[in-house]
Amino acid sequence: MSEVIKIRKGSDIKLKGKAEKIFIRPGPAELYAVKPTDFHNLIPRLTVKVDSYVKAGTPLFYDKYHPEVYLTSPVSGHVTAVNRGERRQILEVVIKADAEIEYETFDMGDPSRMSIKEIKDNLLKSGLWATIRQRPYDVIANPEDMPKAIFISAFDTAPLAPDYDFVVKGCEADFKQGIEALSKLTVGKVHININDEYPASQVFTQSMNVQINRFRGPHPTGNIGIQIHHIDPINKGDIVWYVSPQDVITIGRLFNKGIYDASKVIALAGSEVLKPRYYKIVGGTSIKNMIENNITDGNNRFISGNVLTGTRIESDGFVGYYDSQITVIPEGDHYELLGWAMPGLKKYSVSRSYWSWLFSNSEYRLDTNLNGGLRAFVVTGQYEKVFPMDIYPVQLIKAILVKDIDLMEKLGIYEVAPEDFALCEFVCTSKIDVQNIVREGLDYMIKEM
Amino acid sequence: MLIDFINKIRRHFEKGGKLEKLKSTFDAFSTFLYVPNKVTSRGSHIRDNIDMKRTMAIVVLALMPALIFGMWNVGYQHFLATGAVKTIWQNFAYGFIQVFPIIVVSYVSGLATEFIFAQIRGHEVNEGFLVTGMLIPLIVPVEIPLWMVAVATVFAVIIGKEVFGGTGMNILNPALTARAFLFFAYPSEMSGLKVWIEGLKDGINIIDGFSGETILAQAASGNTNFVNGAGEAYTTSDMFLGFIPGSIGETSTLAILIGAAILLYTGIGSWKIMFSVFAGGYLMGLILNLFAVNPFMEISAGQHLIIGGFAFGAVFMATDPVTAAQTEKGKFIYGFLTGILAILIRVLNPAYPEGMMLAILLMNVFSPLIDHYVIEANIKKRLKRVKSGT
Repeated sequence: MSEVIKIRKGSDIKLKGKAEKIFIRPGPAELYAVKPTDFHNLIPRLTVKVDSYVKAGTPLFYDKYHPEVYLTSPVSGHVTAVNRGERRQILEVVIKADAEIEYETFDMGDPSRMSIKEIKDNLLKSGLWATIRQRPYDVIANPEDMPKAIFISAFDTAPLAPDYDFVVKGCEADFKQGIEALSKLTVGKVHININDEYPASQVFTQSMNVQINRFRGPHPTGNIGIQIHHIDPINKGDIVWYVSPQDVITIGRLFNKGIYDASKVIALAGSEVLKPRYYKIVGGTSIKNMIENNITDGNNRFISGNVLTGTRIESDGFVGYYDSQITVIPEGDHYELLGWAMPGLKKYSVSRSYWSWLFSNSEYRLDTNLNGGLRAFVVTGQYEKVFPMDIYPVQLIKAILVKDIDLMEKLGIYEVAPEDFALCEFVCTSKIDVQNIVREGLDYMIKEM
Repeated sequence: MLIDFINKIRRHFEKGGKLEKLKSTFDAFSTFLYVPNKVTSRGSHIRDNIDMKRTMAIVVLALMPALIFGMWNVGYQHFLATGAVKTIWQNFAYGFIQVFPIIVVSYVSGLATEFIFAQIRGHEVNEGFLVTGMLIPLIVPVEIPLWMVAVATVFAVIIGKEVFGGTGMNILNPALTARAFLFFAYPSEMSGLKVWIEGLKDGINIIDGFSGETILAQAASGNTNFVNGAGEAYTTSDMFLGFIPGSIGETSTLAILIGAAILLYTGIGSWKIMFSVFAGGYLMGLILNLFAVNPFMEISAGQHLIIGGFAFGAVFMATDPVTAAQTEKGKFIYGFLTGILAILIRVLNPAYPEGMMLAILLMNVFSPLIDHYVIEANIKKRLKRVKSGT
């Protein structure tokens, strides 16, 4: 058994509305969508039109700069809309699903007997390549690369995150097959990182040909970037890939059954959900069915993903490609008289500047109010408390702001992704959009390199 | 409701409105009254409740014990000099009447300058001055003329802060900039025997032969059997509790430590800086004891920490996040050197027996350099990782 990696910096934000461990199978949704905006830096080129008929696994669009990387439909049915935003940017490709899903067929078989090229081709054709993402830059992996390692984080420490040990129940065979396929794609090891605080599911612990790493600590310990940093940090020129546990299962199913079966489990959570539960769904589904009669009245925010890094969606929006969680919290568009001067018994703060520390064990109902205005950097030492890497976060952000590539490189930009800075953004007294700055920094690096 | 009124007049201050030019003034007042309804639009959907107003309000709160004690002490010292026996409340009331105008002048002159600059630059008014405006009255002698407070405050806000780009960009601590300005421009009002106790200058009703010397002044003149103006000896607890003459807020180490506890418990002040300033000062005290050739150098290291402005500087001045070192390792180095320099200057500088102000200002200037080397070490570590191939 390997040594436990203990992480001390970080913070668990206790929110109300944790999903109860009960599986629900919602009624079939009418609409599904794949959102090109889920894939950062991908410029979509459509291969279908409105009214085209697609099967599960039929390509919808491909990446302009990597035409071999397709995204495919999760269900069979007719394309009913291609929703566009500003400057005609494609936001959603919407499919109206058949009652019974029909599948495209792909290669089946034991990946250990297939060549690297066969495995890659199968993943690319089925649209599953997009499940593999890379560091640096936090974008879809380049099929021509051979990464030095592949990482899988088998736990999520974000607020209200699903428990993967529960989610992967009964998926041993598919997970094993998925790992088999991935292990051929790297020159190094496949790492599975588990949470040492709870006994992990056998699905993870009994995997073959992998290195199991144990972690212990508050959020963001579950973030892949933090784990990579502590196991095998990324230097200039290195590439590592990472895949989420549910996507490993989807990859496994591809090789076991020869189809793109986009079934997955998501947690519906948040203070405004009446019955927070786990839902067995097909990826890209509309959340309409799940939230009907299941949320409080009032102005709510729907988030695909968690409250720190998720994407805002509408009440009839769609589950994001990489997300295993839908969170519903109240909007905070209200004024508060002298709010900054009140004792604030119910106001959560990582600092103890509000008196909510009197009840340290309670769960909070946080809304989306910014709780202040944008200011210059003043307070120091704040980011460092929630940023468990040997990197100077504020200095790196300042290097990004002045677009000094050399300095960004020296300060460790290859190791980070926006999500690793989510807690920094949460705690920031000056209300600086840290994640956005990091994303712009990474994009700038991609452009210049 | 007040908020309905604010929202009704808001449009006049928006772009194209009649009072567009006063937008940042309007924003300052409306956000002071109401936390705005602005919601997160990108990045994290939830945000910590802490903001700049809360942070600054906590620091002002932490200054309250020192301020309240300071007001009482102004009265106490005054009546000691006149020989009248008064109650706690009479002492406090007398001190309040002396100190309150200084606070008002500091805030009004400083905030006016801040508002004008925010208006010209078109950004929101920064809350940083809420703390600076309270710090300035606490670090001046009670006999300071009010116009000097105003001049020094305006100087500190403009030259100490705004020329560098405003709160967050300044190199020197603004409150200490104000004090340094006063010290060099009007030395006779900032040092000597008569400025620390209210009424000594006019000399009315003062007991014959009463001296207003501070402890440090006595030490500098070679007299280490510290006595008050009437010739009674000070005990260590007198010095710790603050029954001694000095700048308004600096005398009571106890009150300052209560403030420190508030800052540390809320997580707003840096324990690394506070601890290392005290550690550095103590160590320098010990070193001076070792090589003592005069009575000043013989003062015990512990005593150094509770007299003069040392404790106040360590807790409220050196910890200013903008002007201190910003890296966590750098904070130890910065604090330690500040402590060492403060005692070194205090004891060995013949002209003026206090070193905290100059030590902090000097280290403010050096803190970017300290940070530079701390970060450089991190960069080297990362480069080494590549070379060793791990």
